[in-house]
Amino acid sequence: MNLSFFDQFMSPHLMGIPLILISMLFPALLFPTPGNRWITNRLTTLQSWFLHLITKQLLTPLNKNGHKWALILTSLMTLLLTINLLGLLPYTFTPTTQLSMNMALAFPLWLATLLTGLRNQPSASLGHLLPEGTPTPLIPALIMIETTSLLIRPLALGVRLTANLTAGHLLIQLISTATTALLTIMPTISFLTTIILLLLTILEVAVAMIQAYVFVLLLSLYLQENI
Amino acid sequence: GPLWQRRLLDVQLAELPAWLGTRDLSPQGLLGGVQKAWNSYYNKYINVKRGGPAGLSMLLAGYCLLSYSWNYQHISKISFLVSF
Repeated sequence: MNLSFFDQFMSPHLMGIPLILISMLFPALLFPTPGNRWITNRLTTLQSWFLHLITKQLLTPLNKNGHKWALILTSLMTLLLTINLLGLLPYTFTPTTQLSMNMALAFPLWLATLLTGLRNQPSASLGHLLPEGTPTPLIPALIMIETTSLLIRPLALGVRLTANLTAGHLLIQLISTATTALLTIMPTISFLTTIILLLLTILEVAVAMIQAYVFVLLLSLYLQENI
Repeated sequence: GPLWQRRLLDVQLAELPAWLGTRDLSPQGLLGGVQKAWNSYYNKYINVKRGGPAGLSMLLAGYCLLSYSWNYQHISKISFLVSF
């Protein structure tokens, strides 16, 4: 059993230059800086509309202090969204399928929210470890459970993104292999598999957008508790 | 005009090595060249009054081509496709 289906997740190198570098820098080209005109070109207008939309969504529940996080949250959202969607183009490499990259994004940001809370309002952040209204005998067990749940958050954030994208890409590759293999043997079944492939691709586009949004939303929720 | 003043598209194929010799190939020079190229592409296809999907799509198509060429060495090996 060879590992050909996992080869798409190997970081490609050309003469020692990794493609992941270009894959991570390319999204910057797709979002040009607006310049100082009142009415900008259509791409910039769309970009400004989109940034306003996500900023409003993410920052409404946060207090004044939380608004300092606006830049990092919106740029993270844009980066993840673009990387995920670009990965659906043929032959491209998706950096977010690498667990290392997602953990590198999730862990420091989660730690930042935790340390902000512990530094500025330690009793309030520790108070989140015990939900209101728990019966007294359950308190020790619940504190253990809540601490575990707190400590597992960065792992969950990173693995969620990695697993969703990797699974999606793998499914696309498997079903397209099945389609091409069946094309000569049973054309009608191949046609059905093509329909499944089309639906799967639409699902993958949705998943790419949703996963980026969920990542940043959860980070903003962790921030809300701690700031 | 003289060779060192001409833009790339105005240079004949035979004169290409000589033209490359006149260019500023330091890191700042290369970066400036890349920035000029991007600005001319941006101002011609994207920064226009009634732009359409074409400006962005050409970028994405170029990115696909780049990724293909980066992966070519791996994809050309037919042995990794055989799985039955």
